[in-house]
Amino acid sequence: MANVDKVFNGNVEALKNLNLTVNQGDFISLLGPSGCGKSTALRLIAGLMRQTSGQIVWNGGLNEGDLGVVFQEPTLMPWATVEQNVWLPHRLRGKSLDDVRGDIMWALKMVGLENFQKSYPRELSGGMKMRVSIARALVTQPRLILMDEPFAALDEITRHKLNNDLLMLRDKLKCTVIFVTHSVFESVFLSDRIVVMAARPGRVSSEVTVDAPYPRTEEFRTSAQYAELCRKASDALHGAMNQHGERASA
Amino acid sequence: MSAPEMQNIQPPVVDLEELQYARAQRRDKIAKWTLPVLMLLLAIFLWDRLVVWNEIPHYILPGPGLVIETLIEDWGMLSDALWVTLKITLMALAVAVLGGVGLAVLFTQSRYFEMAFYPFAVILQVTPVVSIAPLIFIYVDNRLAGLLLCAWIVAFFPILSNTTLGLNSTDHNLRDLYKIYGATRWQRLRYLQLPTALPYFLGGLRIAGGLALIGAVVSEYVAGTGGIGSGLAFRILEAGYRLNIPRMFAALLLIAATGVVIFTLASLLSHALLHKWHESAIKREN
Repeated sequence: MANVDKVFNGNVEALKNLNLTVNQGDFISLLGPSGCGKSTALRLIAGLMRQTSGQIVWNGGLNEGDLGVVFQEPTLMPWATVEQNVWLPHRLRGKSLDDVRGDIMWALKMVGLENFQKSYPRELSGGMKMRVSIARALVTQPRLILMDEPFAALDEITRHKLNNDLLMLRDKLKCTVIFVTHSVFESVFLSDRIVVMAARPGRVSSEVTVDAPYPRTEEFRTSAQYAELCRKASDALHGAMNQHGERASA
Repeated sequence: MSAPEMQNIQPPVVDLEELQYARAQRRDKIAKWTLPVLMLLLAIFLWDRLVVWNEIPHYILPGPGLVIETLIEDWGMLSDALWVTLKITLMALAVAVLGGVGLAVLFTQSRYFEMAFYPFAVILQVTPVVSIAPLIFIYVDNRLAGLLLCAWIVAFFPILSNTTLGLNSTDHNLRDLYKIYGATRWQRLRYLQLPTALPYFLGGLRIAGGLALIGAVVSEYVAGTGGIGSGLAFRILEAGYRLNIPRMFAALLLIAATGVVIFTLASLLSHALLHKWHESAIKREN
C-alpha cells in the first residue's frame, strides 16, 4: 500500500492555513488548548465537515473501511451486545453477523475482551467500554484511526493501561493514528510526532518529534528522556498559548 | 464477598448498618405486595360495613357482595358489553400505535412535514373528545368507525409525541459514527433511531392504553342510546335509567379492571423489552 499523504489546507474560521502531512504508520498527536480546532481538524479528516477552502488529499484514495474512529465517550449502543456493537461498521455495509464473526472475534481479542461478546455495555466498566469502542474502530482493519481524546474521561491507572495496550495494538497492526489530546504526558508517551496547535484561529504552532524508540514500556514513562521530552512538549504548548496572548494584546 | 464465603474463613462480622439495611430490604419486599392488597381488602370491608350498619338501600349504594352477585347474574350481558368496549379500545390502541409511530417517523424524516402537520396533532389533542364526538357521529355513518375514531384521537397523541422525542434523542456521536460509516437513512432509522425511541414509545403506550379505554367509554356515552348500544358505557347509561345501581357498579368494576389489565400488560411488555439494557428497568445495587 502506498504512503498515506495528506495535505490539509483549511481556511475555516476555526482553522487557518492548517498544513499537516501524515505518513503511513505515523502516530501523530494533536496537542493544544481547548478551542484550538483539534477536534475540528479531526472532523474534517473524518468527512463529517467540509473545509471552506483548501484540500485534503488521500494517497491511494479513501476506500470503505479505511477509517476507524474513537470518540471521547465510548459511544456504544446500550441496547446491543458487545458483539453487535463491534459488528456495526460491517453491518452498515450490509454484511451479516455470521459473515464477519471472525473479524469481530479478532478485534475483541485485540483489546482483550474476547469473553465479553454477549455482554451489554452497562455491565462493563468505563475502561472496558472504551476497549469495545476501540475494537469497533479496528474491526474493518482501517489504514487510519482517528481518536478524539479517547481516554480523557478515564482514571489515571486505566488510562495508563490503555495507553500501553494502544501502543501494542499499533505495533501489531502497523496502522496510522491521529490522536487528539490535551495531555502533554499522554502525547509524549504515545506518539512519534506531536503537532502543537494554537487557538483563535486554530493553526499549527510547532511540531515536536519524539525520537524515543518503540516499544515503549512503563520504564520509558519514568525515564529521564521521557521527562525531557515532556518538558519540550510542554514548552511548545506554552509557546502556542503565548502566541495567542500576544495576538490578543496586539 | 457473599456471606457463606466469609463464614468459612472467620465468624461473620456483624455490621449493624448492613444488618439494618438487609432487614429494611426484606420488609420492603413483603410490604410491596401485602400492603396494597391489605388496604384494598380493608376498603371493601369498610364499604360493606358502611352499607350494613347504616342500612343503606341497594338502589342508593349496593354492598360489594351484591355487586359481585349482579356481576355473576348479568355476566351474559355484561361480558358481551365488555367484549365490545374491549374491541374498540384495542383497535383504537392498535391504530394509535401505527398512526403515532408512523407519523413520528415521518416527522423525523422531514422537518417540513413536521412543521406542516404538528399543529393538527396538537389541535386534535387539546380539543376535548366529548366536544368533537357529536360531530363525528353526525358525519360518520358507521357507529363502530365513529367510536374507533374518537378513541383514536385521544390515544394517539402520547404515542406520537413520545416517539418523536425518542427518535430525536439519538446520541450525536453515534449519529456521527453512522455518517462516517456511510449509513443510509433507512439504516440509521432502523439500527439507531428506533431502538433509541423504544423506551419513550413504551412510556407513551402505557399512557395511550388508558386513554384508549377512556376514549372508547366517553364516545360511547356521547353516542348514547342511539349508538351501537352494547358497550359497557351503554350498559351503565341504561342501568342508570332503570335505577339498577348494582349493575352500574358491576359494569364500572369491569371497566376499571380492564384499565388495570391494559396498564399491567403494557408495563410487562416494557419490562420484557428493556430490562436488559435500559436504565429505567435496572435495579440499583445500593
